[in-house]
Amino acid sequence: MQLTVWTYEGPPHVGAMRVATGMERTHCVLHAPQGDTYADLLFTMIERRDRRPPVTYTSFQARDLGRDTAQLFMDTVRAAQERFQPQAMLVGTSCTAELLQDDPGGLAAGMDLPVPVIPLELPSYSRKENWGASETLYQLARTLAGPQAPAPGGDRPAREGRRPRCNLLGPTALGFRHRDDVREITALLDRLGIDVHVTAPLGATPADIARLGEADFNVVLYPEIAAATAQWLQRTFRQPYTRTIPIGVCATREFVHEVAELAGVDPEPVLADEGTRLPWYARSVDSNYLTGKRVFIFGDATHAVAAARVATEEFGFQVAGLGTYSREFAREVREAARRYEVEPLITDDYLEVEARVAELQPELVLGTQMERHIAKRLGVGCAVISAPVHVQDFPARYAPQMGFEGANVLFDTWVHPLMMGLEEHLLGMFREDFEFHAEAAPSHLGGTGSERSRSPEAPAGESAGNDTEAAAPGDGPQWTPEAEQELRKIPFFVRGKARRNTERYAAERDIHPITVETLYEAKAYFSR
Amino acid sequence: MSPSPQRSTQPADCPVDFPIIRERGQNEIFCGLTSIIWLHRKIQDAFFLVVGSRTCAHLMQSAAGVMIFAEPRFGTALIEERDLAGLADANEELDRVVARLLERRPDIRMLFLVGSCPSEVIKLDLQRAASRLSETHAPRVRVLSYTGSGLETGFTQGEDECLISLVPELPADAGTAPSLLVVGSLADIVEDQFTRLFRAMGIEDVRFLPARKADALPAVGPGTRFLLAQPFLGGTARALEERGAQRLEAPFPLGVEGTTAWLRAAAQAFGVDETRFHEVTAPAVERARAAVERTCEPLKGRRIFFFPDSQMEIPLARFLQREAGMELVEVGTPYLHREHMAPELDQLPADTVLSEGQDVDRQLDRCREAHPDLVVCGLGLANPLEAEGMTTKWSIELVFTPVQGYDQAADLAELFARPLIRRAKLRV
Repeated sequence: MQLTVWTYEGPPHVGAMRVATGMERTHCVLHAPQGDTYADLLFTMIERRDRRPPVTYTSFQARDLGRDTAQLFMDTVRAAQERFQPQAMLVGTSCTAELLQDDPGGLAAGMDLPVPVIPLELPSYSRKENWGASETLYQLARTLAGPQAPAPGGDRPAREGRRPRCNLLGPTALGFRHRDDVREITALLDRLGIDVHVTAPLGATPADIARLGEADFNVVLYPEIAAATAQWLQRTFRQPYTRTIPIGVCATREFVHEVAELAGVDPEPVLADEGTRLPWYARSVDSNYLTGKRVFIFGDATHAVAAARVATEEFGFQVAGLGTYSREFAREVREAARRYEVEPLITDDYLEVEARVAELQPELVLGTQMERHIAKRLGVGCAVISAPVHVQDFPARYAPQMGFEGANVLFDTWVHPLMMGLEEHLLGMFREDFEFHAEAAPSHLGGTGSERSRSPEAPAGESAGNDTEAAAPGDGPQWTPEAEQELRKIPFFVRGKARRNTERYAAERDIHPITVETLYEAKAYFSR
Repeated sequence: MSPSPQRSTQPADCPVDFPIIRERGQNEIFCGLTSIIWLHRKIQDAFFLVVGSRTCAHLMQSAAGVMIFAEPRFGTALIEERDLAGLADANEELDRVVARLLERRPDIRMLFLVGSCPSEVIKLDLQRAASRLSETHAPRVRVLSYTGSGLETGFTQGEDECLISLVPELPADAGTAPSLLVVGSLADIVEDQFTRLFRAMGIEDVRFLPARKADALPAVGPGTRFLLAQPFLGGTARALEERGAQRLEAPFPLGVEGTTAWLRAAAQAFGVDETRFHEVTAPAVERARAAVERTCEPLKGRRIFFFPDSQMEIPLARFLQREAGMELVEVGTPYLHREHMAPELDQLPADTVLSEGQDVDRQLDRCREAHPDLVVCGLGLANPLEAEGMTTKWSIELVFTPVQGYDQAADLAELFARPLIRRAKLRV
């Protein structure tokens, strides 16, 4: 047993729901107890879908357990098929039904339904949401596209005067920016002269899945969801697939080269007119202060690794830490961590992530919804780069992460919290200024402003939420009031690091109390 | 499953002959675990440890939203593959998780082991685990257990199960002097309002279940008269009666009428004369009536449809029909406790359509056909119905918002009026 409060991923049947909900004319029946319908509201509320997810639950209760839950399941499948008339049905279990004896795949197969039925094995006690989505897409492709496979050893039919075409694989319902990534990459491919044949699962029908084999190659947008399917399509239809994730300007350029080669088209016209502002913004003198900012990155493996590259090559940041909750892709993250010479963090325990962020004291955190809250507690700026995310990260506006417009979005999104941090700091400095402190009367009211009543030990005005010192231990090393006061002049987003470094410096040399001199000695020492 | 709806009439013991639609099929409601979200706010030194799967943890996090980051006093002991191998193992694992938890949270005085669907299907005996752990961690922490599984409970029934587990822990009150016990978690502000009203009537000894602290549990005995503040506490009421307490029959304190009748039930039981009762309640009644009157303007004559959710639907329908002038199309409830609901049913129009249980697709068919002005439903249905052109009020808010008592009556009406006002305002 593992004690948990927050979970980065849902159970695997939620992954199956993400695939089914992304698709059209597909219906999923889950053998699941009353209450598991809670997952519907992820789609209707977080993603703000205007339709119910195409998922029917058996909603069994205790009183059904003594009876025939298998019959209940079959009745539910039949009722769902008659009501929704899908082109294909998915059947599976949630965690509780996995413990019962019923076999949904076998039961549904024996029902002689007029449409293909795809049974899903979703091992809830060992796997999670992304795995569930990946397995569901894979089973859909195997069942529906499999019969279209060419004879073994045969060549792909020649392209007859048409533009090259590819499939886009991986986008689902409830995916972080999947909607706009698809639009951005589709437009990019179109400019290259490449058609998108099928986008799956998002927006695809079962009939579209059956046509996957007709494309010349596959573009894998999200390996967590699409890698297994792309590998199978490569074996079955001899379709090569892309390895580069087009997040950031450099990766997008590489992606353009990669697909141009697979399609046999000329990448140069597109590369000559990228239409991205990131390279210029990053070069403008205003961005000088970004240099060497220490950034902690955590998310799904794909977004984390991509973000680390963008952070170093396109923002001039330094990667202070890199990690993922995607155990299936831990190897990729370990490799990347080696490149940036940091210790990889592979965990789905948010407390470990919090401890690492507190230890590293980065100046910016790039992560999930969870890291947003961790960063808030620790008073560090943060931007969201990966699921899980809350409703505000399913925005109304166009906001891709991928492609050249995606790079513009990344620049704004990541710099914003740092600018906010800087503004906060400037305001804080002025707040300490004799003219602008909290008790100063408005200047236009004349010279009746009160005396500053605060003692130097307890300057007011710093909101607790933004103060990293809240995290400092109460009975830690002693600081002189003057040193404490000096520490407060340091911008709050690096103050925690300064305190930690100074205290370590003092402890190693047995200096106490810590004075203003100690603070600056430590600063000089650690800046080397 | 019996997917065909059965229309039948009530048995003879029911006060009114309502046509009741009873259905079984897909239930679009939460399981009882969800009640932890408000219970842990109420009992300030309790921790709720769900023994369940990743689905349970995912549910809690989806339901708790942002609250999950504020050091909440609940969590999940995730059952993993190796726990499924053998039961003895699972018990040891549970002991280890609990020990670690209590070490990290020394402020916890009461620990609830909350059963889930998976823990029940594998027949993990949480009751035995609770008594074992109670011994281990006595006297600092009391460990109790109850079920919040979807197999046994829907949404607010989780609170019923939690309070049932608390009843044997209540100290015995051997005296026969009457005391008043208000049962069902209420917002602190509502509790305080009720306490003031009872005191003004001369009822001094007022206790609440659940109490705000684990070591301040109300005593119970033959002198105890209890009022249910919430309609979903059938099991708790029975458990209290087994300890000698007597239930006061009353409607639920929603709206001005409901609150007055609820308070009056206590006043009569404690011999408060009618003049005194009137003196105490009149100013609040007058104030609340005026506020409700103002707020209800957009609701008058509008038709409302309730999907089942919390068992609060019937009292809410009674309030909206009698005090806000709404018409009831269908009032769905997950479970109908006939005895406790009798004073409510007495006040509904005789042709009210009630439904108990759910087959959500069939109920949606009825809802679309009736095309009501306002639909009360869960968040899984609300946006899809809005997209179909219906106006909805999401029901979960009714459980989290203070809505009981006089001074919340207008707020309660406002919750229903707002979606209609909004729909009228928007020009896009």
